Amino acid sequence: MLTSQFLLLGAILFCIGVYGVIARKNAVLVLMSIELILNSVNINLLAFALRNGSADGHTFALYIIAVAAAEVGVGLAMVLLIYRNRRSIGLDELSEMRG
Amino acid sequence: MMSVAAVFSADLLVAQNIGFAVVALLMIVAALRVVTTKNVVHAALWLVTVLAGAAAQYVLLAAEFVAVTQVLVYIGAVMVLFLFGTMLTRARIGAERDLNNPYWRLGIPVAGLLFAAMAIALVSSFGDEQLPSDARVVPIADISDQIFGPYLLPFWALSFVLLAAIIGAIVLARKD
Repeated sequence: MLTSQFLLLGAILFCIGVYGVIARKNAVLVLMSIELILNSVNINLLAFALRNGSADGHTFALYIIAVAAAEVGVGLAMVLLIYRNRRSIGLDELSEMRG
Repeated sequence: MMSVAAVFSADLLVAQNIGFAVVALLMIVAALRVVTTKNVVHAALWLVTVLAGAAAQYVLLAAEFVAVTQVLVYIGAVMVLFLFGTMLTRARIGAERDLNNPYWRLGIPVAGLLFAAMAIALVSSFGDEQLPSDARVVPIADISDQIFGPYLLPFWALSFVLLAAIIGAIVLARKD
């Protein structure tokens, strides 16, 4: 197996996630795109862990999974609160902080 | 550059490469469906496919503990959160029209350029380098030695982050 095939898979997933963050208006779908990005990072970390024969990449991947779980919990709670206050989760309608 | 000779080199792992190709293709198709589908619930279920494929890739990369954690945390917990979030913020389940921004086409050249830059950098620096085919599976004891040894401070910080996230989510989502 080549190193670059895993890294290229990570790059493709990262770019699809970036496209989703740019293109989507629904807040839940933006959070899903962020999950795609985090998974591509994990694939890269584990590929390099195998390449270098160390367990550091595994540790970082586990930390990233834990941080992603916390992020989804808080993010969805915020989306819920926004929906309760405005009856909509379109990200382009949240413009109160525009200067 | 990636050459045909390297792809057909002596220590080619045929089964692993076929498995990689099938799972990678499935992951890419599913990821494209996540960002293009018109139905939020379908997007969540396609995301499950991507996450399961990622777990399979972790097994291929000799990271069994991370793969199991991926299945437990992502497919088990995060997807339930997503489905609940979809249900609670949406009166009806089905296809919808305005899930995309008006300027969503801007994302295509941005993602394309980003991928071109990353692909050139990756192929030029790693090219046809082989992963070690006789690598040992990292034992869980090694990972725990890492977490409770040199990476103990980040572990504490992470515990605090999770506690803060739990309290924050409860405070934010409370009714009164």
